[in-house]
Amino acid sequence: MQVPAPFEYERASSVSEAIALRERLGEEARFVAGGHSLLPMMKLRLATPEYLIDINDCTELFYINEEAEEIRIGAMTRHRELLESELLAQHFPIFRDAEQVIADPVVRNRGTLGGSLCQADPSEDLSAVCAALDASCVIASTSGERVVPMGDFHVGPYETAVGPAEMLTEIRLPLRPNGSSAYHKVERRAGDWAVVSAGAAVWMTGDGAIADGRVGLAAVGPNTTNIEPVRQALQGSAPSEDLYEQVGAIAAEHCSPVTDQRGTAEYKTHLAKELTKRALRTAVARVTSTTNGAMTNGAG
Amino acid sequence: MTAVEETPAEEGERPIGYGRLLRKEDPRLIRGMGNFVDDIQLPGMLHLAILRSPVAHARIANIDTSAAQAHPKVVAVITGADLAEQGLAWMPTLSNDVQSVLATDKVRFQHQEVAFVVAEDRYSARDALELIDVEYDMLPVISDVRSALDADAPVIRDDLEGKADNHIFDWETGDEASTNEVFERADVVVSEEIIYPRVHPAPMETCACVAQVERVSGQLTLWSTTQAPHAHRTVYALVAGLPEHKIRIIAPDIGGGFGGKVPIYPGYVCAIVASLVIGKPVKWTEDRTENLVSTGFARDYIMKGEIAATSDGKILAVRTNVLADHGAFNGVASPIKYPAGFFGVFTGSYDLEAAHCKMTAVYTNKAPGGVAYACSFRITEAVYLIERIVDCLAFELDMDPAELRLKNFIKPEQFPYETKTGWVYDSGDYEPAMRKAMDMAGYAQLREEQAEKRERGELMGIGISFFTEAVGAGPRKDMDILGLGMADGCELRVHPTGKAIVRLSVKTQGQGHETTFAQIVAEELGIPPEDIDVIHGDTDNTPFGLGTYGSRSTPVSGAAAALVARKVRDKAQIIASGMLEASVADLEWVKGSFHVAGDPSKSVTIQDIAMRAHGAGDLPDGIEGGLEAQICYNPTNLTYPFGAYICVVDIDPATAEVKVRRFIAVDDCGTQINPMIIEGQVHGGLADGVGMALMEMIAFDEDGNCLSASLMDYLIPTSLECPDWETGHTVTPSPHHPIGAKGIGESATVGSPPAVVNAVVDALKPFGIRHADMPLTPSRVWETMQGNHTAPI
Repeated sequence: MQVPAPFEYERASSVSEAIALRERLGEEARFVAGGHSLLPMMKLRLATPEYLIDINDCTELFYINEEAEEIRIGAMTRHRELLESELLAQHFPIFRDAEQVIADPVVRNRGTLGGSLCQADPSEDLSAVCAALDASCVIASTSGERVVPMGDFHVGPYETAVGPAEMLTEIRLPLRPNGSSAYHKVERRAGDWAVVSAGAAVWMTGDGAIADGRVGLAAVGPNTTNIEPVRQALQGSAPSEDLYEQVGAIAAEHCSPVTDQRGTAEYKTHLAKELTKRALRTAVARVTSTTNGAMTNGAG
Repeated sequence: MTAVEETPAEEGERPIGYGRLLRKEDPRLIRGMGNFVDDIQLPGMLHLAILRSPVAHARIANIDTSAAQAHPKVVAVITGADLAEQGLAWMPTLSNDVQSVLATDKVRFQHQEVAFVVAEDRYSARDALELIDVEYDMLPVISDVRSALDADAPVIRDDLEGKADNHIFDWETGDEASTNEVFERADVVVSEEIIYPRVHPAPMETCACVAQVERVSGQLTLWSTTQAPHAHRTVYALVAGLPEHKIRIIAPDIGGGFGGKVPIYPGYVCAIVASLVIGKPVKWTEDRTENLVSTGFARDYIMKGEIAATSDGKILAVRTNVLADHGAFNGVASPIKYPAGFFGVFTGSYDLEAAHCKMTAVYTNKAPGGVAYACSFRITEAVYLIERIVDCLAFELDMDPAELRLKNFIKPEQFPYETKTGWVYDSGDYEPAMRKAMDMAGYAQLREEQAEKRERGELMGIGISFFTEAVGAGPRKDMDILGLGMADGCELRVHPTGKAIVRLSVKTQGQGHETTFAQIVAEELGIPPEDIDVIHGDTDNTPFGLGTYGSRSTPVSGAAAALVARKVRDKAQIIASGMLEASVADLEWVKGSFHVAGDPSKSVTIQDIAMRAHGAGDLPDGIEGGLEAQICYNPTNLTYPFGAYICVVDIDPATAEVKVRRFIAVDDCGTQINPMIIEGQVHGGLADGVGMALMEMIAFDEDGNCLSASLMDYLIPTSLECPDWETGHTVTPSPHHPIGAKGIGESATVGSPPAVVNAVVDALKPFGIRHADMPLTPSRVWETMQGNHTAPI
């Protein structure tokens, strides 16, 4: 049994209590949500927080709600909820695609959306998902709330915009018409971290061109959750295999993977292109299949 | 699970003897009521944690333990220097080398044991490790086995007197001159460097022990994760100078061994020393990382293979040159006269004119070990070599790999068959097994499907492996471990009411001994298996024997159990003759009872006889009371199970992901005792094989850092990587085994990796690919497709 270094444990039952504890205990305190990243790191003594603030009693953060212009997801929503949500599957099928290949049921039962984003592991899947969907993050503190776009949320590997006395409370996904999304991942084995994964979201115009589109990649280096030149190439273009090929190449150019046990840099670069193509192809096909049927807000 | 002829075991259909029977041990294991070493709690028990080296090769300049000693819950901190004072800093390995218990002079692999802490609880022991300050003077590292014998290579084992290089041994088998002669006249010669990377058994339960030394009596009781409790007892007696009758080894439930729990590890010795010094029981439980980085690994062979054949596909000879990485200490656990284990069976299932192998084993700055992981003493490597190189030959001849194998099998009339490396295969009938696997697979249709898919640019592969194993070590004239002959004892007692207990020298780690051995005795005596308890794992309560590994339990101990039951039956027959007032020769045995020949109405059951043996009234002249016997079985030969495996894979042409679509496994382990347990063993071994072929590898960087130190980095397969196993069997009994049984425990682990690899390589045939090394991760497969295949080591 691997055992962590000594730490103190506090349990917060509300967001305000959690933030107050964090403010009082300082930088050596860490929130623990599902714990499936933090606790293994503590057992390996790669993380040695002095305090854990358990936020699993913050029931106010467990929700997936549809508003007029966006879907709001509480930061403590478990992977399993994201996987099983029909609302998300209807508007953003990328969530179910991704959740089906994130870890295993044990992890998905406990791990949370907020925890995944705050862990900011470059191989983590949901950051790419949220970036592709142009999400924004609500960060709360004693002085109120601020909303940070996904593009500004990750400051670097394992670093986020969440300050020492702040807490990620909600993720907002804008609802836009005539869109869909998809996620493709290559892993060495079920439940493993991605060798590479790619998420794509597209929104179409009435005449079948791409009004807007985003691609987010995971496990290929920093700043790949939303590649701006990809977006520029997609805007106004008609979907075609040539376009996917061209956009896949742009995505591949903008990643900087390293060779490791999961694969060589060359292979990962190749996958960045291949999976970008596949994600775009699937996302566009999903819009088209919905458009041919009943048109809804979003798509699926 | 398909293609089995027997009906499933159901309530009310329990066999008295062989047949499908739910495992007797499962109710307690399924209900979480097993008793594993880490479950053991003793009053006053302390906890031990080991400090390990962060670097692979360094001289220890200084160790400061004062801060750890000052920890309020720490009882003792022990370093190599402390052990050296007791003469316990080094211990023998199972291969006549020595290994340091705690490093004294220098560390020789990353994560080597440097010091240990004993504390009141497990957390404090672990915390105190952080308080030990060790200064290391770094030394150059040998991580690349190919550079180990370079003239300027640092000498790892300068502890060995006069040692000036990293050479361990050279070993040779077969005949070089005749092999070379055959190669010179052969139409076709194919060479390939074939690598079996280092892998790890990664059992669910890590290693652990609880040591209790009683100060007054000097009695040592050691609860330990050991596959060989009796052998361990003797080794502890020799190492620690403890009298053997004062040592009791208890192996309770074991959560998987696969060979990894055969060696004695420093942690066990540390716990014994700690209990001896402190006078309290001491528990050591390895964590997952420690298990992966320091306990017995497997394989790590670089094999240059060559095969010679006629142009029409008659295989003439095989030769190989092997470079073996044994890590920092030669810790291989195999019979002492077999430094390369049973690698000599690399001639496989084929009738050859000649064969030759040369091997060189070297030290590197890596963890010691060598045969762990269900390999039947290096047969995994041997089978991989021959089955891979035969496929390379098929590629060069443009011949169907099934046809090539069928053409070259040893014929049934050639058994017993002596190979060109001196192994005497006891029995075999290879073609029916191969044909059965091909029928189950629908081989011809699969090839048609493949041809169609290739037209469309889809990648589908069909891989074949046909293996012959050599298991059941072994005849004591040839085989011993540290001087202990590889025979096994068995004791059987039938109680007055006809219930029985049978005591074994072997030890289950999940194989199902408590069921299988009850069935062996049941078959011989007609006592239902549920009336027979199997006792094992406790040296005070079982007869001496060498333990469970190398698929030896059924070949050796299974024979002992059958023969001890026959001994009891012989005595029962004499007692029955008195009861029936008939001569012994006039009695006939029908499972469970004797009756007078020609008069079935005059009969007595084994239960009647048991009561009579213990009851009132006279017994026939010269017969003592009681109904029990004891035996020690020394096998005359190994047993040679075999099997035909076919694997079907699909590869995504763009991402290079490999999906195992089907796996057909036809095994022949001779007489089957419990087909359900056999299938379970085969299923597990096939999953092992998929893991090794596609994802498993203990990797190191150039500084000797182990890159596979957690189950996040050392991948083992899940059910999602496994297809529905399609199993079948043929039965070719062993002629020399009392019940005709052969070992099965490792067949699938040995036989499946080449089938998977051959399937992947077959899928890549359109790229002109003849060989690719394990593990066939998507990245390595893709690079192979690009013509950039790189060796894993």
